[in-house]
Amino acid sequence: MRQPSLWHVLQPKWRTALQRLREERSRGGSGKLLLLIAVGFLFWVGVYGVLYLILKHVRSAEELGPFLAAKILGLVLLSFVTILVLSNVITALSSFFLAKDLDLLVSAPVDWLRLYLAKLGETLLHSSWMVALMAVPILAAYGVIYRGGVVFLPYAVLTIVPMLVLPAVVGSAITLILVNVFPARRTRDLLSIIALGAAAGLILLLRVIRPERLARPEGFRNLLDFLAVLRTPTSPFLPSEWATNAIMGYLRHAPDPLPLILLWTTAAALVTLGAMLHRQLFATGFTKAQEGAERFVRGKVWRRTLGWLLTPLPVAKREFVLKDIRLFFRDTTQWSQLILLGALVVVYLFNINALPLHRGEPVGFFYVTLVSFLNLGLAGFVLASIAARFIFPAVSLEGRQMWLLRSSPLDLRALLWSKYWVGTVPLLVLALLLTGLTNVLLQVGPFMMVMGLVTICGLTFAIAALALGFGALYPQFETENAAQIPTSFGGLVYMMATIALLAAVIVALWQAVYAYVRAVYLGEPVVVDAWMIFWFVVAALLCGAATAIPLRVGLRKIESFEF
Amino acid sequence: MIRLENLTKHYGSFVAVDDISLEVPRGVLYGFLGPNGAGKTTTLRMIAGILRPTDGRVLLGGDNVHDNPMPAKMRLGFIPDRPFVYDKLTGAEFLRFVAGLYGQEGDTVERRIAELLEVFELASWKDELIEAYSHGMRQKLIISSALIHRPECIVVDEPMVGLDPKAARLLKDIFRQFVSRGGTVLMSTHTLEVAEAMCDRVAILQHGKIVADGTVDDLRRQHRAGDATLEELFLKLTGGARVRELVEVLGDAGGSA
Repeated sequence: MRQPSLWHVLQPKWRTALQRLREERSRGGSGKLLLLIAVGFLFWVGVYGVLYLILKHVRSAEELGPFLAAKILGLVLLSFVTILVLSNVITALSSFFLAKDLDLLVSAPVDWLRLYLAKLGETLLHSSWMVALMAVPILAAYGVIYRGGVVFLPYAVLTIVPMLVLPAVVGSAITLILVNVFPARRTRDLLSIIALGAAAGLILLLRVIRPERLARPEGFRNLLDFLAVLRTPTSPFLPSEWATNAIMGYLRHAPDPLPLILLWTTAAALVTLGAMLHRQLFATGFTKAQEGAERFVRGKVWRRTLGWLLTPLPVAKREFVLKDIRLFFRDTTQWSQLILLGALVVVYLFNINALPLHRGEPVGFFYVTLVSFLNLGLAGFVLASIAARFIFPAVSLEGRQMWLLRSSPLDLRALLWSKYWVGTVPLLVLALLLTGLTNVLLQVGPFMMVMGLVTICGLTFAIAALALGFGALYPQFETENAAQIPTSFGGLVYMMATIALLAAVIVALWQAVYAYVRAVYLGEPVVVDAWMIFWFVVAALLCGAATAIPLRVGLRKIESFEF
Repeated sequence: MIRLENLTKHYGSFVAVDDISLEVPRGVLYGFLGPNGAGKTTTLRMIAGILRPTDGRVLLGGDNVHDNPMPAKMRLGFIPDRPFVYDKLTGAEFLRFVAGLYGQEGDTVERRIAELLEVFELASWKDELIEAYSHGMRQKLIISSALIHRPECIVVDEPMVGLDPKAARLLKDIFRQFVSRGGTVLMSTHTLEVAEAMCDRVAILQHGKIVADGTVDDLRRQHRAGDATLEELFLKLTGGARVRELVEVLGDAGGSA
């Protein structure tokens, strides 16, 4: 029998993608697209600009320059490969074992090789597009600084493509083996924890080894030690190292074909091995994937603890809060992100502690106050990112069950209320911890401590409301994976709105902080006068408006949903 | 009990439901029939308050579902055709949650949950996550959830899909008993034998309009169909000739294969 082409097997996927684009355009989505392109371009320019400056500085060091540049590229590509393996393992689980089109493909007379290549391609595309886009400004900066010329462009593509294929094959193979050992849904839970645990570990490790030391060679005992660190490849067997050698060899005008050959032949060999493994194990794994995950749960803990605490609430609100908390803690893909969050908080505090503000010399009062004040913006940004991950998808995740909520006499305000507080309370605890501990580490005065804590409370209420409001304005009812929802257009708009709010509040409060700093500097008593109060009121009004308006708009939008 | 007045729903330029008026009295099991895409689900979802009509209104026990939703929805139990529920809740937790949406809690609700799970043979599954339930079990759970608050009327879209024969029989008995005690059921179905056996009255919908309504005997008389079954009547009213042509084409294809 003549086999369908790979293109044909993948047809539903690309046709769906095209149709989505068309629908988006017919809904007047050209503006959205332009905004996305503009933001993406700005991001590219930012990455390019920073790396350009670093490489320009590095290049000026005659002896060390090429080694340092290669080391930076090696580290970047190694982190890309690590991220890609993790991301491919998780994506392969969906595309090879849980995707909705699999029943059709497996029951059709499509041979195993087509299925493997089609699904490998899908996995590769889904898990690598972001890394591939990120590589563009990085490689562009290298190409420009080292004058790679126009030919560097196809050469870079030729180098990066096999480097993307290898983690896809390895990730898919790991998933295939895991699914043969555990049921697919249990494997997904396991992988979420492993992946996020590994990511958290990597972040902690990268921070603890203090990479900033590389930028200060004077910290090494002698030049030879420093050179030894730079020259040592991470491992001669890593594809990221081959790609680095291929690119740096070309840029130093000493091209060596071996790394490229290694990349391509290894990719070809691994695809072949992966296909053979797929032929052996896919059928058993796919059968296992149909098995359910854990069935029995002990659900009485929440009812007896939180349920009891919430007794004063009306029953509908109480049941809603309990339901949301249960769903969160029973979904491994959701709660496991707390691991990553924990690591990020530790790194955050570690960074504050590592600031060179308390190094024996008398502490610079101005700098401490400045850092403490600007930390409000930074903490606000961290909270906004967390809210984007946990609160923004809240309305979208109700989509499939909206039939139940809309056909019952539930007041939709109760829905919004419970979503808001379930998200805000933990965010508030985190906000107070971040700001409070940072201020303690910085040893700020009582004025900055109180102002910091009060401001971060106001900002948290506003950030949570913005997340919920924009989540309702730009719902993603078709997405099953909550992790994909914040990366949508609505997520971008929400982040931009939140950054604007943070900037506005910081600017408003700066007037009050400036008055405080001036008073302390001149040795005058700190008086909370009308001028300061005016700016406090402005900041409070900004936070209040950013809380009330998004919730109101969100409620109106939820009331207008049709299913 | 259920009253539709000039109910209309447009999706862009497409008219899904076209100026429907219907009265379903208390104590009646009303069948809502029609080919695929006739507008049955859209109508039922408007009755349940999930979709807003473009025009017209829906009254449940005299209350407008869209202008005065709380009292109207308190009377209603809705059973959709696609059983989307919270996969990470257990069956008992889901029912408790739904009861909470109707403001009910306490021992009465716990007893009702136990009762319903027993009736639908889900008692041994009550502490298991819904993600482990089969399609039929989910359907039974949703039916239980629609009954948990003791509604006065039930609006149900394709109730028999996914149910085993025993559960289907049970559901028929429950609906009949519910109606005999003064409840009202509006049910869409493609299973015409079920409709003929269970429904007191039926309405046939095509292209968003009601093309016939009344008892099955009324329809026979109106369309001079003699002793025709509901299936024959349905095909006559909704384009049965085309079905016969199709059967012939498929028969030829089978013969030539």
